[in-house]
Amino acid sequence: MTVSEKVALTQAETEIINNFIALKGKLPQRGLLLETARKAAMDAFYKHGLPSRRMENWHYTDMRTQLICIAPYSSKSGGALAAPLLSRSIVLGLINGQAVIPSHKAGKKMPATPFGALLANGEAELPQDFANDNVIAQLNTALVSDGWKLDFPENTSSDKIIELQNVQNGAQSHVRFPVIIGSNANVMIIERQIGNDEESFISSVSNLDISEGAQVSWIIIRTRGMTSTELNQFNARLGKNVALKLYIINAGSRFLRQEINVNLDGMGADFQLRGINLLSGKTHTDTTMVVRHLAKDTTSTEIIRNVAIDEARGVFQGMIRVAKEAQKTDASMICNSLILSDSAEFDTKPELEIFADDVACGHGATVAEIDRDQLFYLMARGIPEAQARAMLVKAFVGELIEGFDRKEMGEVLHILLDQWLQVHI
Amino acid sequence: MLEIKNLYARIGETEIIRGLDLKIEDGEVAAVMGPNGSGKSTLSYILAGSKNYKITKGDILYNGQSILGINAAERAVLGIFLAFQYPMEIPGVAMMEFLKVGMNAQRKARKEPALNVSEFLKHVKAMAARLEMDMSMLKRPLNVGFSGGEKKRAEILQMVLLNPKFCVLDETDSGLDVDALKTVAEGVNALRASDRSFLVITHYQRLLDYIVPDTVHVLYKGRIIKSGDKSLASYLEQNGYTDIIGEPI
Ligand SMILES: Nc1ncnc2c1ncn2[C@@H]1O[C@H](COP(=O)(O)OP(=O)(O)O)[C@@H](O)[C@H]1O
Ligand SMILES: [Mg+2]
Repeated sequence: MTVSEKVALTQAETEIINNFIALKGKLPQRGLLLETARKAAMDAFYKHGLPSRRMENWHYTDMRTQLICIAPYSSKSGGALAAPLLSRSIVLGLINGQAVIPSHKAGKKMPATPFGALLANGEAELPQDFANDNVIAQLNTALVSDGWKLDFPENTSSDKIIELQNVQNGAQSHVRFPVIIGSNANVMIIERQIGNDEESFISSVSNLDISEGAQVSWIIIRTRGMTSTELNQFNARLGKNVALKLYIINAGSRFLRQEINVNLDGMGADFQLRGINLLSGKTHTDTTMVVRHLAKDTTSTEIIRNVAIDEARGVFQGMIRVAKEAQKTDASMICNSLILSDSAEFDTKPELEIFADDVACGHGATVAEIDRDQLFYLMARGIPEAQARAMLVKAFVGELIEGFDRKEMGEVLHILLDQWLQVHI
Repeated sequence: MLEIKNLYARIGETEIIRGLDLKIEDGEVAAVMGPNGSGKSTLSYILAGSKNYKITKGDILYNGQSILGINAAERAVLGIFLAFQYPMEIPGVAMMEFLKVGMNAQRKARKEPALNVSEFLKHVKAMAARLEMDMSMLKRPLNVGFSGGEKKRAEILQMVLLNPKFCVLDETDSGLDVDALKTVAEGVNALRASDRSFLVITHYQRLLDYIVPDTVHVLYKGRIIKSGDKSLASYLEQNGYTDIIGEPI
């Protein structure tokens, strides 16, 4: 494979392919299976290229034009881990795409293995199929260097919270988090995507397999600098009576594609999504979700609240699919946007695909500006305009981060929200 | 305290205030009455600094200074308070938090130290009790699900806590039963002082039985068309507006 064969390659595509060639023999891997998977992934990428708006799934997010060039790899050490958000939690970190082995005892006892080690000894699994529009799987499989594999035995209880930290200060990395959660386990995982203001390029894929009766909270908090590009895929399979709550707070990145694929595979499984997009600057943030109800009595509720200022652009594509077997499905999806400047924009595309006849499904979307009368009311009590605006924005998104079992989680997120409001409103 | 001089104001293309003159002295309680649609609420919003209206002519002087160039928050800091006819519901902002933020914002603007939280709570509870308000209201989102009467009491609570110098009460009596009216009027009367003035907007004489005004003004089609003392209110109660405005309404 040489670059000159295909004239239509963009600069970013060329750089990605050149990266792959340059990394040959340097990425951790052992055995033919992994080598084949990586090669198949890069072949698929070479064939399809970066997705453009002509692909339905990428209609609002044209990567061919969004991604001008790619932050190169760097061998610099790349910084340090941050202090954990919550006390009594265990940080499993990655810096510049390399796992940081915890030195403390609690960390060693965790059911966690660096994914790079699994790649190196041939025990890792990588996908083999690459749909034409699944650029995240293509790039991540071809280039993944490390990550954390988590394996929670059945009945694990939640007193230890795991904080996955993906620290990326400039440069490029591709990481992966395979997570197996045994039946009736109760776990809370925080995924922090952080880094400084240097330009960076990241792909990050989480694959959760959750067994019967487990209760899982997964909280993605993204505060990486405003020149980073991140491709993130969150995939989960939910067994019988599993409850998964996914929170996503985006308050960073120049370009983000957050894909969410949830399969409600077992009867009585429930998926809850709460997403907050705090969008500013000249940025592009895309959340694309597919929830598949595949069994009877499954339920899901997705609530997305967006605040967009400056020239920020946001996208939410939400698809709920209800299979023929999934009778008594109850699904609802709502997306509310607050637009704070003339040049900011949020596009919403909700879709339902229902093959069962006895279901309750709904979706809704609203776009609004700050209510002038509410603003006047607050100001009439002496609250300065900027502070009054911030109060109204906070009132709009704040309720999505209430009701955590661990009260401090809500407090931490409120502080994050206040910091964003202070800088941007 | 306040002087409105030949004021003209419009919303969009509609002129609502048309040559309004009104002067209120320190310590005075002035009542403004008038049929529905006269411009009473418009006047109250303009005084409080709403940006919905365009002032095309005239001036508003507060203690001798024009306030047309300053916004609602700055006016509040100067001591101007409006008890809204229709208080806004704001889900997601707790009543207590709102009270605290408002009071602290004003204190900060006046370079006073922030409130001591426990003193603040004590003070709020005492005032709420005096207005016979249910404490649970304070924990709820601002005005959300409050009855008409509860909203009006909450407005008066805010007034008492913010301790303003010039208070505009826009139809505070509507939605209140007689007992509530008495309680609220007592709250207002307790604030009467030689350095504090009130503009009490009402549709009925009823409220003025409890908050006895020094002067009464009839507002019609955006102008004050008649002024007098409290006997003017009784006259209007008995005879209606027709012969004063010189046309049937
Ligand atoms: N947003 C608006 N656009 C146009 N006219 C308005 C608007 N708001 C109020 N008005 C008109 O202004 C006039 C005065 O209204 P208002 O001040 O509420 O009267 P009042 O409080 O005396 O009943 C009414 O004729 C009303 O229809
Ligand atoms: Mg009115």
